[in-house]
Amino acid sequence: MSESRTLTMAQAISEAIAQEMERDPSVFVMGEDIGRYGGIFGATAGLLDRFGPERIMDTPISETAFIGAATGAAATGMRPIAELMFVDFFGVCMDQIYNHLAKNTYMAGGNIRLPVVLMTAVGGGYNDAAQHSQCLFGTFAHLPGLKVVVPSNAHDAKGLMIESIRDDNPVMFMFHKGIMGLPWMAYFEGSTTEVPQEPYTIPFGQARVVRQGADLTIVTLSQMVHKAALAAAELGREGIEAEVIDLRTLVPLDRQAVLESVAKTGRLLVVDEDYLSFGLTGEIAAIVAENLDTVQLRAPVRRLAVPDVPIPYSRPLERFVIPQVESIVEAARELCRARSVQAMPA
Amino acid sequence: MRERNESLLWMYEKMVEIRYYEETMVNVYLEGKLPPKIQKGLAFDIGSGPVPGEMHLAAGQEPVAVGVCAHLKKEDTVVGTHRPHHFAIAKGVPLDRMTAEMFGKAAGLGKGKGGHMHLFDPEHRFSCSGIIGASLPPACGAALAAKKLGRDWVAVAFFGEGAANQGSFHESLNLAALWKLPVVFVCEDNYWAISVPKPAAASIEKISDRASAYGMPGVHVPNNDAVEVWEAAGAAVERARGGGGPTLIEVRTDRYLGHFQGDAEVYRPKDEVAKLRANDPIPRLAAQLQAQKLLDDAQRTAVEARARARVDEAYAFARSAAYPAAADALADVFV
Repeated sequence: MSESRTLTMAQAISEAIAQEMERDPSVFVMGEDIGRYGGIFGATAGLLDRFGPERIMDTPISETAFIGAATGAAATGMRPIAELMFVDFFGVCMDQIYNHLAKNTYMAGGNIRLPVVLMTAVGGGYNDAAQHSQCLFGTFAHLPGLKVVVPSNAHDAKGLMIESIRDDNPVMFMFHKGIMGLPWMAYFEGSTTEVPQEPYTIPFGQARVVRQGADLTIVTLSQMVHKAALAAAELGREGIEAEVIDLRTLVPLDRQAVLESVAKTGRLLVVDEDYLSFGLTGEIAAIVAENLDTVQLRAPVRRLAVPDVPIPYSRPLERFVIPQVESIVEAARELCRARSVQAMPA
Repeated sequence: MRERNESLLWMYEKMVEIRYYEETMVNVYLEGKLPPKIQKGLAFDIGSGPVPGEMHLAAGQEPVAVGVCAHLKKEDTVVGTHRPHHFAIAKGVPLDRMTAEMFGKAAGLGKGKGGHMHLFDPEHRFSCSGIIGASLPPACGAALAAKKLGRDWVAVAFFGEGAANQGSFHESLNLAALWKLPVVFVCEDNYWAISVPKPAAASIEKISDRASAYGMPGVHVPNNDAVEVWEAAGAAVERARGGGGPTLIEVRTDRYLGHFQGDAEVYRPKDEVAKLRANDPIPRLAAQLQAQKLLDDAQRTAVEARARARVDEAYAFARSAAYPAAADALADVFV
């Protein structure tokens, strides 16, 4: 029997990578500052000492080259993990991601396997401004050909990382900086959890019900899961019982979990740290809208996300645009006060 | 355009000002970020205090900024990096509004929306970016505009040695040489790309050797010396202004502080910074000026007092300025 111990999300990710590297010699890691530094957000801490520079490869600041090289190495029998330091840096290498990594399998009629994990840091909340604070979940989930994994805690991060490495397709693994358990950034303690020693996988496409409730469904992901859980606790004290759903993966997406919960509660609030328009919140709302024959809504759908502005630097501005516990509570209250949706006359 | 002696004195005063600005920021930045005021268990909290977020300081790299900017006019464009304060100060960006931006105040250059990596001052034609290698293409654009408008303006792109391995570097050098743009590309080689040393990121020793591959002169300035930078930049700016096209200058400079404040610098040999500081370019320039009788002890004290007063005033202004209203976050996406 193996023991469980408490790990930060960063430690859980690095442990998952180490265990897979031990099991499979074709797994290796490339990225900026992932060696001696251990990754700016600690996702590769300790790996260089254990596996050496042949398998834990610090790269030049050349994302197009090393992410494109991950695609080429994967097509040639390896299982690379590449780290894009901040998701915001996708701009310098998007062609290799969007037009190649995500599309080659399809254009080859399924005849090429690209087992690449592209892991990257997302999220704001610590005043790092517009080029270092984005989530961009929607940008990557929108594109066919990338699986998109968005863990909210250490336990899920380990199981999902092992699943990602073993998957024969490109996987975007997006970890939020504010739940990594770093010693230099405030974080949500609920993200540091018990994690089994032994390797395990969590299948993609299975959302997790964080909290049960009958009055409304809050669908969310990543760091926002913790804000939603705090908001749900606050709402509970007022007699409003919120059900909180952590999507865990966006591609594939657990549509059934959303529909089942909303069928039960009749109210949907989608909470996201990405931009509001053309993104995740609209997608979740659309799933419900397309199933109104089986799902009865008691109130119009509500969405809470960044109101279509770049992430501002200044503290009061950033707090205003990123959904906070208080804004989730307020939106949930309003949703529960809102009028019922009346059936249209026949 | 200043005379040589006047330029060197200006450079000295600006270097003193930049150093004091950065050293002041070291302390201001730490305010509110240490236990016991932060989340239990943390050693440091990057999101707390009056100046939150990442902070990249340029102490030690002053010669690059002043040696180049001494040759520039207000209409010339400078595009800086994620470590931008020395460039901004040397280009004449107002200290008070620049500092207010870092405090997230409404009086800041970007009304608090940009922060320290994203300083925009269209009046002094200064901008910068948090993305590595992002300075070169817009500098080409500013130079192209000058050409199209028939003006003798030049543009300078500053970037680190790490950025020279980014695609934008190679594309921009080719474009600038092909179109004979009045650009000066200035590579600040501080040896460290966060934790990755230069030899681990490129198989050649000098980035300036790459110039010949694109058809432009490449100049290497080896010793973080302000006067040598000034001389190399003078020739490059004159060449650009005169229609001769771009130049690549590489300066070997030194980063005295971490990549960002709070960086534990586990990658750097423990005695490295002390060695680098022993070759500090500011006292070296002072000694040179004193030997040439351009500066005496009294003048040196006066320079320091003036520089400190300007910096202290800027910090005081920033500290007492008002925060923007939260809903102002929604404005300025479009003009």
